[in-house]
Amino acid sequence: MADETLTADAADAPEEVEVDSARAAVVEALGAQFGDAIVDSHIAKGDLWVRVAPASWAAVVRFCKDVLGFRFFDFLSGLDWLNNPDLSGEKVWDLDAEPTVAEPRILDRGYTGGDTRFQVFCRLINIDTHVGVTLKVDVDEAAPHLDTIVPIFAGADWHERETWEMFGFIFDGHPGLRHLYLPGAFEGFPLRKDFPLLSREIRPWPGLVDKEPMPGENVPESAAEGSLPDGADAALPKDEPKDEPKDEPKDEPKDEPKDEEDSA
Amino acid sequence: MSVTTDWQKSAYISSQAADARVNVELETEGMTLNIGPQHPATHGTLRIVVRLDGEQVVWADPVPGYMHRGHEKLCEVRKYPQVNTLVNRIDWLGSFANEVPFILAAEQLMGIEAPPRAQYIRTIFFEMSRIANIALFLGDMGVQLGAITPVFYAFRDREHVLNLIESATGGRFHPNYDRVGGLKEDLPKGWIDEAKDVMNRVRRFCDELEQLLVGNEIFQKRTRGIGVITPAVALDYGLSGANLRASGVDWDLRRDSESPLAWKHADWKVWTHPDGDSFARYWVRLQETREAAIIIDQLLDSLPAGPIMAKVPVKIKVPEGEAYVETENPLGAMGFYLVSKGDLSPFRVKIRTPSFNNISICPWLLKGVFVPDIITILASLYFILGDIDR
Repeated sequence: MADETLTADAADAPEEVEVDSARAAVVEALGAQFGDAIVDSHIAKGDLWVRVAPASWAAVVRFCKDVLGFRFFDFLSGLDWLNNPDLSGEKVWDLDAEPTVAEPRILDRGYTGGDTRFQVFCRLINIDTHVGVTLKVDVDEAAPHLDTIVPIFAGADWHERETWEMFGFIFDGHPGLRHLYLPGAFEGFPLRKDFPLLSREIRPWPGLVDKEPMPGENVPESAAEGSLPDGADAALPKDEPKDEPKDEPKDEPKDEPKDEEDSA
Repeated sequence: MSVTTDWQKSAYISSQAADARVNVELETEGMTLNIGPQHPATHGTLRIVVRLDGEQVVWADPVPGYMHRGHEKLCEVRKYPQVNTLVNRIDWLGSFANEVPFILAAEQLMGIEAPPRAQYIRTIFFEMSRIANIALFLGDMGVQLGAITPVFYAFRDREHVLNLIESATGGRFHPNYDRVGGLKEDLPKGWIDEAKDVMNRVRRFCDELEQLLVGNEIFQKRTRGIGVITPAVALDYGLSGANLRASGVDWDLRRDSESPLAWKHADWKVWTHPDGDSFARYWVRLQETREAAIIIDQLLDSLPAGPIMAKVPVKIKVPEGEAYVETENPLGAMGFYLVSKGDLSPFRVKIRTPSFNNISICPWLLKGVFVPDIITILASLYFILGDIDR
C-alpha cells in the first residue's frame, strides 16, 4: 500500500510540473510575438489567464489558433467589474432613501487586473496538449468597441451577439449584431451590474419574510418584528411586511436554499 | 493555417452554386418558411426561419430566446446552495450533471475536495444523468424520422434510471443532490444491487435500439451523409460532446481534463466516428450510453467506504478568485466560469452550455440541405432548449 501511494505521488508530481511548463510556454510564445500587447498573465491551479491589449485582440486570438494550436473555441462573454449593488442578495430596498448606487466601487479586476470597468473574456482550448487559456481584454466604458473574432472562429458569432445584447459591447466587423435572446425592442443591458434585477428590488427576499430562528439561536429583534407567529392565524397579516419593506431592517443572511422561481 | 477562410469560401461557393442550379433548372420561387417556435421537431421553443428555394434551404436562422430565464443574472443574487437549485433547470433531462461543474468550481476556489466516496457517487449519478438524457435522444431520433416505436422503449427504460435517481436523491428531474464538499446524503440500502439490474436493462435497451434503428435501411438512408460536419468546422464552432466526436475528434473531458471525479478509476473507451454525419452522431451516442452503463457498473463494484461530506463551514463563503470548470455533460462540454469576490453569492457566473454552441452551427450546416433533412439534422445535433436559453 505504501509503495502504491509512493509511486502514485511520483507519477503525479512531474506531470503537474509539465503542464505548468506547457502553460508558461504559451505565455512566453505570446510575449515573444506581441511584446507589450500581452499586458498580464496568471497561471494557477492548472489554468491560464492572459490579458491582452485591445488593439491586438483579434491578432492574439488568430495567433493562438493558427500558431499555438488553440483550435477549440469554448466561449466568449463579458465581465462588468462594477461592485454588486446588493452583495448579500437579501437587501431590503428603501424606496424613499437616497440611492446608494451613487458611489460605484470597483474592486480589483480578477487575476490579471484591468484598467476599465468592462472586460471581454474568451476561452480557447488546445485539444492536443489539453491546455486551456482564458484571454481577457479591456473594453472602454465610454466607447465599448472591440474587434470581432468571427473571421477567426465562426462559432464566436452567437457569443458576440449575446455579449452585445447583454453588455452593450460593440464588436466591429461582426456580420450581424442582432438580438439573440431578447426581444428587439428591449432597452438596457441586463448583465451590467447597474441594470436592476427588478423582481429582487420591489419585493423583499422571501428568506426575510418567513424567517425562523435556528434552533438554539436567540430570536433577533428584526426577525421578531418582521416574521409572523406560527400557526394558522398567520394567514391574514402575512402581507404586512411586504407592504412596508422599508421598516424591516437588514437582517443577517440565511443559509437555507429557497428556490422561488421554478422554470421547468 | 487558413481553414476558416477556406471552408467559408467553399461553403459560400457551394451555396451560390446550389441557388443557381435550382433557379435555372426548376425556375422555383423563393419562400420564407417559419418552423416553430412550437414544433414537435424542435424539442421546445426553438424557432427556425429558413429561406427556401424550392425544396432547398438558402439560409437558415435559428431564433432562440423564447425560454431565456437569465440564469447568469439570477446567480448573482443567490447564495451558493441556492444557485445549485437554479442550475438544475438548465439541461432538465440530465439535471445532476449540471450541478457538478458548478460545485467543482466552487470547491476549487475554496480549496476543498469531496471525499472519495462522494466523488464516486457523483460520477455514478453523472453517468446516470447521461443515460437518462441520451436514452431519450436515442428513441426520439426515431420519432423525428417517422419510427414511432423506439421512443416508447426509451421512455420505458429511462424510467428505471429516473427511479434510481429518485430513490437516492428524492428528486426525479431536479435532484439537487450535490453539495459544496460532498453530497446531500448517502445511498439507500439495496440501491447498488438495484442499480446493477438497471444497468443490465440499459445495455439490453441499447441492443434493442441497435437492432431496431441502426440496422434499419430507411433510418440509414435518412441519416447517412446528412449534415456532415468536418473536424475543423466543429472545432471552430466549439461543438462538443458526441457532436464533436462524431466528426472524428477524439476529445472527451472525462478523460482529457483533470477532474476529481472518478472516471479515471474505471476502464472505459471514448468512441469516435469518422463520418461526421447524422448517423455518426446517433451511433456515437448509442455507444456512449453503453459506455456509461459500463462505467457505472465498475464504479459500483469499487465504491469506497467513508464519509460523503468534507468539512465545510455552515455558511459557504467562497474566497476571492476565478475558476473555470468544464465537464463532459450528456449534451457536451458544460462549463461554469465563476468569479467570486469573497461573498455569499457569486460575483459573476458565465455558464457555458453545450447546446448553445451546438446549435450555433445551424446557419452554416443547414445551408443547401432539403427540408426533411432539417429535421434530421436538428434531431441529430440534439439540443435541450433550457440549455440554449439558460
